[in-house]
Amino acid sequence: MSEQLRLDPIACTAHGLCAELLPERIWLDEWGYPVLEDGELSGELLQHARRAADACPTLALRLERQRRAAAARSGTGLRPAGRKPR
Amino acid sequence: MSLGAGEFPRLLAGMPSSGALGLAAHQSLHGPLTLPQRQRSRSEHPLILELERAGLRGYGGAGFPTAVKLHAVAGQGSRPAIVVNGSEGEPLSSKDLLLTSRLPHLVIDGVLVAASLLGSDRVVFALDEQARGPARALKQALSQRHELQQRGAPAITVNAVPSGYLSGQEMALLNVLEGGPAKPTTTPPYPFERGLGGRPTLVLNCETLAQVGLVARHGADWFRALGTSTDPGTRLITVAGAVSYPGVVEVAGGTTLKQLIGASGGLTEPIQGVLLGGYAGSWLGPDTLDLRLDAHQLLERGLRLGSGLVTLMPQSACVVAEVASVARWLQQQSAHQCGPCINGLQAIADALEDLCAGGDRRRVFTRIERWCELVTRRGACSLPDGAASFVSSALRSFRPQFEDHARHGACDNCGAAGVLPTAIIDPVYAA
Repeated sequence: MSEQLRLDPIACTAHGLCAELLPERIWLDEWGYPVLEDGELSGELLQHARRAADACPTLALRLERQRRAAAARSGTGLRPAGRKPR
Repeated sequence: MSLGAGEFPRLLAGMPSSGALGLAAHQSLHGPLTLPQRQRSRSEHPLILELERAGLRGYGGAGFPTAVKLHAVAGQGSRPAIVVNGSEGEPLSSKDLLLTSRLPHLVIDGVLVAASLLGSDRVVFALDEQARGPARALKQALSQRHELQQRGAPAITVNAVPSGYLSGQEMALLNVLEGGPAKPTTTPPYPFERGLGGRPTLVLNCETLAQVGLVARHGADWFRALGTSTDPGTRLITVAGAVSYPGVVEVAGGTTLKQLIGASGGLTEPIQGVLLGGYAGSWLGPDTLDLRLDAHQLLERGLRLGSGLVTLMPQSACVVAEVASVARWLQQQSAHQCGPCINGLQAIADALEDLCAGGDRRRVFTRIERWCELVTRRGACSLPDGAASFVSSALRSFRPQFEDHARHGACDNCGAAGVLPTAIIDPVYAA
């Protein structure tokens, strides 16, 4: 089961701990807000990602299962039953 | 009698030059409306399949497939609510106000069809608080519909929402209708899961519902008889700027920009560029008149029509001053919830104003371009993405004009009357 980081931009108030704990995937923009890089999280990196999410003081950073995260990005994960749109 | 498949216009057929088309005239033009049965079985509703075959996509800006939305709401298991989004927060758009004030029965048809299909008992029409005329026309049209007197008919209210760019953003709109501020929330949950009063909610734009009503009457083949295979049917476009008759026109998918300008009475003067998709759209140069307005083909080039918006920028206007003024307005419209939007739009608007006045021009283009990239896809809603597209495409299309301002300061046209409005509603349409 692959997991992915997801950021709630409303909840995030730029504490910046995440970028310290996971510099491989998170950097801070010039205002101190995190920018998340795509890429698979596995092994040791996944452990660091979990620590980064746990450390977020506003719970803005979360680790989610890939499918849910992908569905959220595309607007909805649903496809109509029956035929696909042509 | 009813409209044939190839007949044009469709949506705007029979539109009176003032006042609303009455129920009798509407019915003699479009024929009788048979409401669909409520979906009960687990198999897909025939009308949802028909809408899917029609290829109908939302006309509010996002272009999401309407059949998928209906399917998602229908599959939730509890009684859904319907929100008709007519708030039209984009200052360049007036098609939804035109529909509600001149052709309200067309929209109501679609609402009755959707409510019947979903078994919905609650419908809210959301209109801008300044749109008092359209609200009156809509209420009067609703009072003429016998379908609403019958048992099991949905309760329909017309709600005024505060003027503002974000009032049309669907999460912000739902917040407003619940008595909150016009601020987007984090998704998920999406409205189809949890919307009005916590219920699954179908949120559709006015024009989209009008089209749903027409597909329910005439079917998918009729819908696809006009337009292209990749952008079937017709759509409303609000044309602004250097044309003889600015306003709303109906065009079939795939119509060229040149034909659209012709339908608006032709150009009044040479243009320096074209804005597609309004304040969340993109600028193109003046040599694009052969461009086909086919939503699918445009999207392949990264272009969007938004809620159907084409603005022809006249040679005599100062595009630099106008882009700076809209960038500032968008920054003020932000809900100021997400860091990148708060800081990025402020930085972009400040830099554009400085540039316009000839100040601080060291690497200013690089900085603005970087900020545009930095705000994109980093907000809870797509306001920053749209603003970034509007600004960065302007820098690409009008580089000489921007450089001229950076070097020499304000031009003679900087103070001229604006082509790009920053008031939500034109008083002509509100009355």
